[in-house]
Amino acid sequence: MTIPLVSGGPDHLDELRSDPIALMRRVRAECGDVGSFRLGGREVVLLSGAEANEFFFRSPDEELDQAEAYPFMTPIFGEGVVFDATPEQRREALHNQALKGSFLKGHAATIAGEVDRMTAGWGKSGEIDLLDWFAELTIYTSSACLIGRKFREQLDRRFAELYHDLERGTDALAYVDPYAPIDSFRRRDEARRALVALVQGIMDGRDPRPPREERDLLDVLMSLKEPDGTAKFGADQITGMFISMMFAGHHTSSGTAAWTLIELLRNPAVLADVTAELDALYADGRQVEFQALRAIPRLESAIKEALRLHPPLILLLRVAKSDQEVLGHRVPAGTMVGCSLAVSNRIPEDFPDPDAFDPARYAAPREEDLLNRWTWVPFGAGRHRCVGANFAMIQLKAIFSVLLRDWEFELAQPPDTYRNDHSKMVVQLARPCAVRYRRRKQA
Amino acid sequence: MRITVDLDLCQGHAMCELEAPEVFEVPPRQKVRVLDPEPADDLRPQVTAAVRYCPTRALTLQEP
Repeated sequence: MTIPLVSGGPDHLDELRSDPIALMRRVRAECGDVGSFRLGGREVVLLSGAEANEFFFRSPDEELDQAEAYPFMTPIFGEGVVFDATPEQRREALHNQALKGSFLKGHAATIAGEVDRMTAGWGKSGEIDLLDWFAELTIYTSSACLIGRKFREQLDRRFAELYHDLERGTDALAYVDPYAPIDSFRRRDEARRALVALVQGIMDGRDPRPPREERDLLDVLMSLKEPDGTAKFGADQITGMFISMMFAGHHTSSGTAAWTLIELLRNPAVLADVTAELDALYADGRQVEFQALRAIPRLESAIKEALRLHPPLILLLRVAKSDQEVLGHRVPAGTMVGCSLAVSNRIPEDFPDPDAFDPARYAAPREEDLLNRWTWVPFGAGRHRCVGANFAMIQLKAIFSVLLRDWEFELAQPPDTYRNDHSKMVVQLARPCAVRYRRRKQA
Repeated sequence: MRITVDLDLCQGHAMCELEAPEVFEVPPRQKVRVLDPEPADDLRPQVTAAVRYCPTRALTLQEP
């Protein structure tokens, strides 16, 4: 069977750069579970629905490979990092020690502490830009948890701003030319150079022989030597590693935190419910790091629903390494294959009233996230399901435990004006995205 | 309760071993081995946590 091509075009690159969700919805509406669009002259087979998604998520890297699918990441990470590595090396690297369960309690305490620090200067009331605020917070939390507190203490707003420029440098034009002369790519390359200089400055100031118990990942990487005694990694490679370690958890957590808050404020009854749940949990003075690792059902459901409606990654891509077959369609080797999380998450047959924010869909017996294991996919699924999903949930629970305990929020603009900017492959909140806060009266 | 594992999905993250070492073993660089596919009921909290925290959702729990 030939795979149907979606209307529009002849090429869909421009539409992917302006309104990717409309494009992907049209693929499903016109072509069904298996359709295609064209991206810079290349065919992309786009899958949605449980059966096609299962094929996508079960395939090993040797069949559907990630390496060639994300050309916009190489200038950000640098050569030789993540998607330049072999599938075997990537599998190895994914076993990130910092995400192991035994570290999670310490991470929850770190995250709660970072929220306290960032709200310390808030005064009684004021206004924040959600994009700025959560992006900065998650730079501190991810650097502290994944690299080490010592490194985090050497960072400030500047690192967050440069990192943001990297994320903005993910224009889909990279499928044609990752170094095309456009503003966002220029800023991306300048930001990476500035980050390398910043890390070099931190490295220059480090004690070459720190006490063992005070070492963080940077000290460890700096201590590794080649057989001839020279340093194994320079600032450029170390910066690339840090950028890549933080990348998966940064804009994703930042955006999800912002959307959870927006949806709670758009749905006051749910917010009241969640606040009451948290007040009851923390009434006995228990610590956030203790509770964030445990169930907070109503808050978790609200986060899950924010994730379903606003998944931080809207399109996952692979390249077929050999001829594949999906639902009777032949996919020749070399074809790009995509799975649309944004479309799958709103399939009405799986998620009744799919556009409604309805956290009750996760309560037993509905449990729509568990029931639809191949279409409730904000964290992906299968072999490459997000390894940080558990960390992310703990992080979000810790953030909201602190924020909603001490502060009240209200939307600072009409509810329907909050939206995502889809002009880059890394989705971010579009500005304006302001909310107002006020310190809660102690009961 | 009976544990089933989808070895297609297991990537050897060993979160299950951390939750319920009596029931799961993950040798370095290998996939999970279920030591006891029908564990005693008093292990239910640990086993449920192991299933829940599997990063790739490779484990399922079936009731008789």
